[in-house]
Amino acid sequence: MSAPTVSLDARLSAPTAAPPRAAAWAPLPLACSACGARFEPAPTAVCEHCLGPLEPIYDAGPARVLPDRTLIGLRAPSIWRYREWLPFDGVPQLSPDTGFTPLVEAPALARRLGVARAWVKNDAVSHPTLSFKDRVVACALNAAAALGLTTVGCASTGNLANAVAAHAARAGLAAWVFVPEQLELGKLLATAVHGARLVRVRGTYDDVNRLCTQVADRFGWGLVNVNLRAYYAEGSKTVAFEIAEQLGWRLPTAVVAPMAGGSLVTKLRKGFGEFRDAGLVSGPLPRLYGGQAAGCAPIARLVERGGVGTIEPEIPNTIARSLAIGSPADGRTAARALIDSGGWAAAVDDPALVRGIRTLAETAGIFTETAGGVTVAAAQALADAGRLTPDDEVVLCITGNGLKTVEALGADFLADAPVINPRLREVVALAERS
Amino acid sequence: MPVTFNLPTVLARLADGRSTLDASGTTLRAAVADVSTRYPQLAPRLTGADGAPYPFISYYLNDEDARFLGGFDAPVRDGDEVTIVSAVAGG
Repeated sequence: MSAPTVSLDARLSAPTAAPPRAAAWAPLPLACSACGARFEPAPTAVCEHCLGPLEPIYDAGPARVLPDRTLIGLRAPSIWRYREWLPFDGVPQLSPDTGFTPLVEAPALARRLGVARAWVKNDAVSHPTLSFKDRVVACALNAAAALGLTTVGCASTGNLANAVAAHAARAGLAAWVFVPEQLELGKLLATAVHGARLVRVRGTYDDVNRLCTQVADRFGWGLVNVNLRAYYAEGSKTVAFEIAEQLGWRLPTAVVAPMAGGSLVTKLRKGFGEFRDAGLVSGPLPRLYGGQAAGCAPIARLVERGGVGTIEPEIPNTIARSLAIGSPADGRTAARALIDSGGWAAAVDDPALVRGIRTLAETAGIFTETAGGVTVAAAQALADAGRLTPDDEVVLCITGNGLKTVEALGADFLADAPVINPRLREVVALAERS
Repeated sequence: MPVTFNLPTVLARLADGRSTLDASGTTLRAAVADVSTRYPQLAPRLTGADGAPYPFISYYLNDEDARFLGGFDAPVRDGDEVTIVSAVAGG
């Protein structure tokens, strides 16, 4: 008698480690933001009736008592100190130490921008994978585990790949990670090292994204930014929550953030709004400004048209690969969030974003990746255009670490780093010339 | 070989459970109209009331975003593949 065969789906879904224990927390039910239809918690981000996007329902669980400032302050320094605003009942246990990154005041940067005060929300040091994607992945994987999924994955431009691979490894979940073939070496290695199944796809991120919607449909894996998106995206609100708390329970007048798919700026607005609704902060919500690379700026272009019409997709052509999403699904919503907040958008070319990386490093001592360079360059462009003023108190969201995109800096950065012989007189000569 | 439509599960339910359909037409619009006529329950999820693509889906023609190929005016021929995916994913 021959051995029983194992189906392809069963083999591909088998975890690489012991499966997690049954979860003591539960993801919230979902509702369609277009037609209002409601659904039980599930790995799906698409309404069965109208195909609209699903969002968690926060009023459907047991009485949700919101904590006050004092109680929040007593909790551990992670995203879970704000768990009542995250899409779960109970206390999620996976990725317990992600979040609460430094908010660094940068007076030299403020002078460079011509604003009253400036801070850097420094997710370049996010634990464990040095980008803000740790936040959204922490949410998504807790949802995946509670839903009984044993395989997770993503479509990624790099940072998300790193985060999924790392968080999944720690949680004992299998991971399939899909990225464009032409991705920075650091991001590829920082994904592969965790043992994830890394798949490099010929084409752009948009090709990878489209493929992953089909993969999620075919295999039922928890692809964090596809069928777990409703839970995943909520993690970005914690950037807003932390900014508010770290400023002493007050709001900045303006926030500048990079835009790839457009989800971050949308959730920043939602997060600031939720804290004001809860009475934790007061006053006007910050004006939100989004930065994109000029070589891929479909959301910025829509903002420039006043948000009228639809996103016009672009084929990306920029070194800012983490922002190279030519067809951003949340683009219209992001444009609306910026305009409704009284903000705007800026698109900066590649030389400007490299100058932005250098500016941040030289003024604040923070080395950011290309997306961060876009953010700084966009802030400068917006300031030069008068959209950031001398009265403004501005927070720049720096979403990833510069060690991930060193290729973007180029050899020119070392032009001022001469090679000398080990002789004191050569240093003297250098010092006399400087 | 006609034009092949590949549907996600959520739309296949509206096409008698079929995730792969054959269609005829010389443009994407005509091929979509052909599918819509044969599967009336599917029709409202393929095009909006204005005749434009339904807003929550994306069309790919032979793995290219159809918007770069002329949208619904994109020419199609026998053997082409039209893949429809839900448009909610992002980075």
